[in-house]
Order: sequence, then C-alpha cells, then structure tokens
Amino acid sequence: MKVKMLSRNPDNYVRETKLDLQIVPRNYDPTLHPFEVPREYVRALNATKLERVFAKPFLASLDGHRDGVNCLAKHPKSLATVLSGACDGEVRIWNLTKRKCIRTIQAHEGFVRGICTRFCGTSFFTVGDDKTVKQWKMDGPGYGEEEEPLHTILGKTVYTGIDHHWKEAVFATCGQQVDIWDEQRTSPVCSMTWGLDSISSVKFNPIETFLLGSCASDRNIVLYDMRQATPLKKVILDMRTNTICWNPMEAFIFTAANEDYNLYTFDMRALDTPVMVHMDHVSAVLDVDYSPTGKEFVSASFDKSIRIFPLDKSRSREVYHTKRMQHVICVKWTSDSKYIMCGSDEMNIRLWKANASEKLGVLTSREKAANDYNQKLKEKFQHHPQIKRIARHRHLPKSIYSQIQEQRIMKEARRRKEVNRLKHSKPGSVSIVSEKKKHVVAVVK
Amino acid sequence: METAPKPGRDVPPKKNRLQAKKKKPRRYWEEETTLTAAGAFPGPSGNKKRNRELRHQRPKNTNFPKKSRISRKPQLPKKSRELRNPEPQRSLSGAQDPFPGPAPVPVEVAQKFCRIDKSKELPHSKSKTRRRLEVAEAEEQETSTKAALSQLLLVEEPGFLEGEDGEDTAKIRQADIVEAVDIASAAKHFDLNLRQFGPYRLNYSRTGRHLAFGGRRGHVATLDWVTKRLMCEINVMEAVRDIRFLHSEALLAVAQNRWLHIYDNQGIELHCIRRCDRVTRLEFLPFHFLLVTASETGFLTYLDVSVGKIVAALNARAGRLDVMTENPYNAVIHLGHSNGTVSLWSPAMKEPLAKILCHRGGVRAVAVDSTGTYMATSGLDHQLKIFDLRGTFQPLNARTLPQGAGHLAFSQRGLLAAGMGDVVNIWAGQGKASPPSMEQPYLTHRLSGHVHGLHFCPFEDVLGVGHTGGITSMLVPGAAEPNFDGLESNPYRSQKQRQEWEVKALLEKIPAELICLDPRALAEVDVISLEQEKKERIERLGYDPEAKAPFQPKPKQKGRSSTASLVKRKRKVMDEEHRDKVRQSLEQQAQKQEKKAEPTRARPSALDRFLR
Repeated sequence: MKVKMLSRNPDNYVRETKLDLQIVPRNYDPTLHPFEVPREYVRALNATKLERVFAKPFLASLDGHRDGVNCLAKHPKSLATVLSGACDGEVRIWNLTKRKCIRTIQAHEGFVRGICTRFCGTSFFTVGDDKTVKQWKMDGPGYGEEEEPLHTILGKTVYTGIDHHWKEAVFATCGQQVDIWDEQRTSPVCSMTWGLDSISSVKFNPIETFLLGSCASDRNIVLYDMRQATPLKKVILDMRTNTICWNPMEAFIFTAANEDYNLYTFDMRALDTPVMVHMDHVSAVLDVDYSPTGKEFVSASFDKSIRIFPLDKSRSREVYHTKRMQHVICVKWTSDSKYIMCGSDEMNIRLWKANASEKLGVLTSREKAANDYNQKLKEKFQHHPQIKRIARHRHLPKSIYSQIQEQRIMKEARRRKEVNRLKHSKPGSVSIVSEKKKHVVAVVK
Repeated sequence: METAPKPGRDVPPKKNRLQAKKKKPRRYWEEETTLTAAGAFPGPSGNKKRNRELRHQRPKNTNFPKKSRISRKPQLPKKSRELRNPEPQRSLSGAQDPFPGPAPVPVEVAQKFCRIDKSKELPHSKSKTRRRLEVAEAEEQETSTKAALSQLLLVEEPGFLEGEDGEDTAKIRQADIVEAVDIASAAKHFDLNLRQFGPYRLNYSRTGRHLAFGGRRGHVATLDWVTKRLMCEINVMEAVRDIRFLHSEALLAVAQNRWLHIYDNQGIELHCIRRCDRVTRLEFLPFHFLLVTASETGFLTYLDVSVGKIVAALNARAGRLDVMTENPYNAVIHLGHSNGTVSLWSPAMKEPLAKILCHRGGVRAVAVDSTGTYMATSGLDHQLKIFDLRGTFQPLNARTLPQGAGHLAFSQRGLLAAGMGDVVNIWAGQGKASPPSMEQPYLTHRLSGHVHGLHFCPFEDVLGVGHTGGITSMLVPGAAEPNFDGLESNPYRSQKQRQEWEVKALLEKIPAELICLDPRALAEVDVISLEQEKKERIERLGYDPEAKAPFQPKPKQKGRSSTASLVKRKRKVMDEEHRDKVRQSLEQQAQKQEKKAEPTRARPSALDRFLR
C-alpha cells in the first residue's frame, strides 16, 4: 500500500510574528473561483456607483477680473501659469497652485480680443479693440519700471484673434483678413483673404506648423498654407463657426465650434463630410480645446455649461455647470491633460478636473491597481443597461434640461416630416441625407 | 575561421543573398579591415555574429504555435516567440541559457483557464468592432497561458492511495491508513461516540476548519475539528433536521422541528425565522448570501441572510421536499422528488428551469460535483446514476447497489461518497474532470450506525460521516484540493483577515436574479434583444440606416468615364449581386426540399402522393 495524505505545515501559511505580512497563497484554478462573471459584474456596478459618488469636478474659481473673461492662454513651459484677457482690456496672469493673480496689466482699451503665448514662454501677445497688437514680457517689470509692452503694432482695422507659430518667430492675426507677421517687423509678411467677411479666429496647426485654419462670419472655415500667399480651400457650413481647434496628435483633424449648437470634427483631406458631428449643447458653442492626448476635447457654450466629448463619439461624456457660471466664453485644457479651465461672462475663471471622479494627489500602488482594475471592469460591462444608466446619468440645470426636451421634440417632428416625404413621393426621387452630410453646404478649392 | 558554415545550414540567409546580388564597390582596405577584425578576436565575437545571422532564419525544429483564428495581424508576443533562436543564446560572458525560450505550457492546463469558446466563430461585424474583438481574444489567450504558467508555483501535491500490484484499495481499512500516515494526518481520523442524541447531520465551514453537527434529539455543537476545540454545545430541546454554517463559521443555521433558527458561534440564538417552518433540508449559497430551505409543506424558500429578507418562496408542487443539493458551479438548486424526477430551481423563476427523470422510484439523494458537470442521484430502485449536466442531462453511468444509497456527496477533486445503511463507499474517477467510475470502489468503511449525513471537508482529505452512533471523520486520501486560494477561503486566516474578507464578500454579493443555468451568460451578447432593437429602430426611422448603399461607380480618368461605360459598370455590379441572390435562394430551396424529403422516406405513407 502506498498512501499520501494531504498534510500542510501551518508554518508555511501563518506569519511568524505580528510584524510580518500575512501569507496569502494564490491558486487561479477557475473551480476555486466560481461565478466569475456575475461577481465581476457586481464589482463593475459598485465601481460605477462609486464613480458617480466621487464625481466632484469643481476645484476652484479664480476671481479678480472686473469684466467678463474673453480669452485664455496656457503657458507653454509652466503648468501653473495661465493668462486671461477680459472685456475691459485687462490682462491677468494667474498662478494655479496658489490660485492667485500674480500680475495685472491694463493692456488695451475695450476688449482684449485675443491672447497667445510665444512658444518659448518668455513673452505673450495680445490684440484688442483699439486696433493694436502688443507684445508683453512674461515676467513683471522690475522695481521702478513701468508696465509697458515690448512692442506695439498699430493696425488699420480691428483684430479679432491671434495665434503664434509653434516653432518660429511668426504669428498670425485675423480681422478683415488673415495677416501673418514676423515678430521683428511692424507690417505683415503676407495677408490673405477669401471673401469679404470678418474672420473670428485663426489657429496654427501644431504638427504641420505651416498650416493655418480660420473661421469667418460668412459661415465658412478656410485653410491656409503659410508658404503660399493664397488660401488652400474652404468649407461652408449651415451656420457660422465661432472657433476651430486642431488636434494636437493627428495633424489633419480639426474641430469646429458652430453656432448651430453642434461641433464638427473634420478631416482636412476630405472636407465634404465631417468625421463626426458632436451634438449635446443646447445653445451656440463658443470655444473648443483639445486635450493634449488628442482623444478628447472640451467645448464651452452659451448655454452656461461646458462639455467633454470623446473624439469618436457624437455625444458628450461629461457636462460641467454650476449655478453661478454664466455664458462660458473661453475654455482651455491644461497641458498635463488633468484639468480644464473656463472663463465666463461673470468675471470668473473656473478650474475643473478633466476626469470628474479622479482622486488628486499621490496614489499608492494598491490604489492605482484597484483603480485600473475598476476601470477595466467598467469598460467590460459598460453596455449592461443597469451600469449604462448609472454611468450616463448627469444632473442638469432646469434650463438645459427643458431645452433638451424641447429640441428633442423639434428634431422628432423634422424627422417625421422627412420620413413622410420619403413615403409619399416617387421612389428614388427623395433620398435620406445623413446627419453628417446635412450641415455641409459646399467645399470650395 | 569561425565563419565557416555548418554542413546542415548551408543555405545562406535571405538578407545575405540580397547583399550578394547588389554588391557594393569597396576599397581594398575596407575588405581587409573587416576580415582582420573577425580574425583578430576569435571566440565570442565571432559567435555572436553568427548568431545574429541565424536569427533571421526560420528555425526548423521548433513547432510553431497553432495558427489562431486571428489571421491578419500576428500579435507581438507571438512574433517575438517565433523569432527567438532555438539554439541557446550566448551572453557576453559566454554562459548559455539552458532553457531558452518561454516556458512550455501544457495544452490541457491552458485549456482549463481558457474562457472563450474557440469553436464559435467570431460574429460578422464591422471592421472596427472586429479588430477590437480580435485584440480582446489575443489578450485572453495571453492571460490564460500566463495563468497556466502560474500553476508551477503551487506548492502542495494532492494525496493518493495506491494498492501494491493486485491489491484492492477498497480492502484497505481506516486503521491501516492511520498507521501508515504521519501523526498530523492520523489525528484527523476520529470517532465521536454520541449514541444518546440520535442520528447526526453535519456540515463543514467553507474554509474546512470548523465542523457543526446536530443530532435528531436536539444536540447541536460546533468545533474547530483540527485542534478539537469545542466552540459551543447546546441542546435545542427540539428535533434537529439539518444544520448548516452560513458564510463564515460565526453563524449557524439549524432547521428545527418547527422553525428555522440561527445561532452564533457561542450558541446564542440570534434569530428564529418563523416564515420558514418545518424545514427538512438547508443549503447555503455563499456568493449570493442566500439560505435555501426545503420544507415539508413543499416550499422552496430563499432567505437573503445579509438583509434578512425572503427573496423568493417557490411552491415546488411535488409534496414533501427532503432531497436537496446545490450546484456549486451555478447556484442552481436540485430537488429530488418522490416521482423519480430531479428539478432544477432558481429564485428568478416560478417554474423549474429543468426537470430530469432519473429513477423509476423516488429519488433518495442527489449530489453535484464542484465543476457543475456531473450529478449523482440515487433512487428507491437501488440505482446510482451519474448524469452529465452540460446540455442534454443524459445518464453517463448507472449501477445497481444492493441496498441503494441514502446519502451522496462529491469531494472537491471529484470523488463520490455514498452512504448505504452503515457502509460508506467511495468511488474515484480517472482525473479531476472525469466522472467517478462505478466499477470498483476506491474505499469502503463500515460504521457503528446507519449513515445520516455525509460531507467532504474542503481542503482536507477527510470525509465527515454523521450516523446514529455519532460522528466519524474518515481519511480519504486524494479527496481535497491541495492548494487553496488565500483570498477566497483560507483555512489559516486570522480574525482580521476573516473580517476583511467578510466586508469584501458582502460588497460583491451577487443578486439573486442572476442565478441561471449558465453563469457566464451575463458576459455574452444578447443577440435577441439586439435584433429586436434594430428592428424597432428601422421602424421608427422609416428606413434602414445600416443598409448597403446602391453601387455608385467612381469617375475614372479623363475620357474613360463616358455615360455608357458608367452604366455598364453599374449594370455589371447589379447583375453580380442579383446572381448571388438567386444562387443563395436556390441553395436554400434545395436544403428545404431535402428536409422535406427525409421524413417521407423514413415512413412512407399512402398519402405521400398528395404532397407537393
């Protein structure tokens, strides 16, 4: 007879002293871990609920401006520094870690229309309603010195926007036309126009740095190549585009914030159909900014809210609002992709977390592991109705909520009419136009 | 000298051949310097160079992993594995890796950890979704091989009992085993002589550390059976029908003559649950925190012990219920009835999920193994049958026993114990995932009284038998899983660990509605409601948004795309589509006709001539 009994030595399974860690042997045999899927589902449900419980995105409000905040700019080298321009011509520089204003400049008379930093972070440019472009030093004046701009350029017309080249000493302004300036000169290197309307914003492409995009009030978005003196092509939409933003990771993708409550993500190479139509706002979209990862962007709207959209989704994943926040005019996603800043009509700049339920500060490795595990579980079970419902739920202010209802009814009526028209006309004579194609009027080259 | 090719490998690598073709003009000193460099430093450097060259060759003697269903992109880990040199690679110091390449994974072990059914084809979906599915599948494959590799780290080996050539293990008595094994194991065999309080039912806690037993005449006790420390001993002054630990050893449910009572580990009565009356059998579903009671009145009641609510009370409509067991794989309750059927219940359904006709007489005992694959039943017709619970519920094995078994129990490693009168028989299978073969018992043991309760101790090679004479703890080598998981059920856990585990377990309590025959169903795509949704969407919109758009020929080069040629191209595509459709419908018709023809051939009838 040969016999062996299972006989464990408890010393191998019990810690020796109280100072030791507990011994936890593992065996991943599936029969020892039954109900894997239902247990994971329950864990995912709990994680989703906790995410909603911990969703407290609002971090701080920076007050100090004496009029509505009209424009914001990030510092290219310092995460903590932010510049803002207000409707009374005042420019302030803020320190985000201290949440304090560190410098105030009365830059212009009338609005500060645009503000941008130089790529090296030593100076910044502002344009205002007083038809001037001013360059300022980032550091404050020394003791006894007066607050004065480095350069001032007097223009003939009002400038409505400004953007700096990402690598060279070149910047672009817009107004009646798009002007490209050399920093050393007082007259533009070249000016480009297409049509006669005023241009509201101009943006340099961060990757293909000689490319520019602008949007004008005659409903079009125009693309330029800095190396040639004429514009490349333009796309005309249903309504006016307020501003555009280039994707920092994909050179040919940009997103346009439109007056018709939607945002359109275009592929520069095929402008006739937008890649995605992002709709959730219930009023005109005023500003848009990409996250540095290029996967998401944030939009500011006249409906007193900001929304975060994934690049490939037509619906927003997040909406931020507070009772006191009025029409949001400008928004920026910080360079560490963790925070969002927005400037609004009621003179405040607000700081939000980009991921509403994220825990700030240093995480222990176990916290990090638990976080990753929960994230994966939420992703795995995201389509289950219970989890989807909880993850999607957002409290909205009454005004936005009722607007959404109203617009849903309007949309439904329009669609019904379309279907009826299709039903009662000769087959083939009326075709269904997809939502993507509906809003593009024409592409001109 | 080192660069001389080996006889077996005289085919030059592809790269070299290409180089040979396009020979770059060289200065004479360049040629020489390289040669002298190779000649000046013999040994490792030369070897290294050769190795680098050989690495680009496909190794002949390696067996490539089977071609996966994911054909388009070879995944990264696999690629690197393929490219790895089969020859031991030499490091700078000249030392060799004696075990080059990844550790081998036995196929059957990897199969155990595999969660995807490879026989199913990937659904026909959009390319984006498809790519995501493929990535998920590749990840899954990698995790399963990794989990299989982690088996190497398991420390304990399962027990066994083997007779010497021709010796029948069933003849080996407990006393012999006790004599042969070590002291610690020998101490696990003991008898409790409790003749006074009648036949005993018993239950081990989930960690296998604690034992609770209750006698017909009211004797209830719990003890830490390894150290033999008595936790509590009371007499409830009422007949005890069944006894069961709840999720931990601190709580104990006792089915008494009238009502169900819950005691703590000091014997203090915590609850008397009057909604569960005349309970005959108890089961506890640890992951759902459900205490299941079967009563004389024919009701199956699910009590949620975490909140104290009755989740479901189902009328089985089959009279007195006194045969019940749980399926540990999917938490379905199996009830045995007096008409020979076994019915499967879940709290979400008012009707049984399935009914299996097992015996000609009534069913006396039911047991389900830990993988949920096999069910053993014994009936009044003295038969012991083993059913396959996957799919068809067919009997795999049947055997008539002289007395018929009154109690059945499966061990963690698939041993089947049956109590027949005062004898306990244990059958073993070939391996862990095979049904016990009924030819020859693995062990037998005669007790001092009639068997009244059987329970294998988890994680110990011990079978607890409750009988009229008390409790016997039998040694059954090879019954239990040797390696426990410390986070799931740890026999050596401290109080703090137990408390933490309890909180975690309560947070992860599975809702009772999720109990169904296939516990993995939750992770699968609900095709039916998906199609329903799609249909509704089409109805709502008035057209199919995902329909294929009619073919529009693209304009070709200047001069080539006349209207006539455009129409011609369009026509061509349309005709091809039409032909496809006709071909498909013809095939379908042929299949239908075949189906129709078959039954008529099987049973010809005079009326067949009227069939069209």
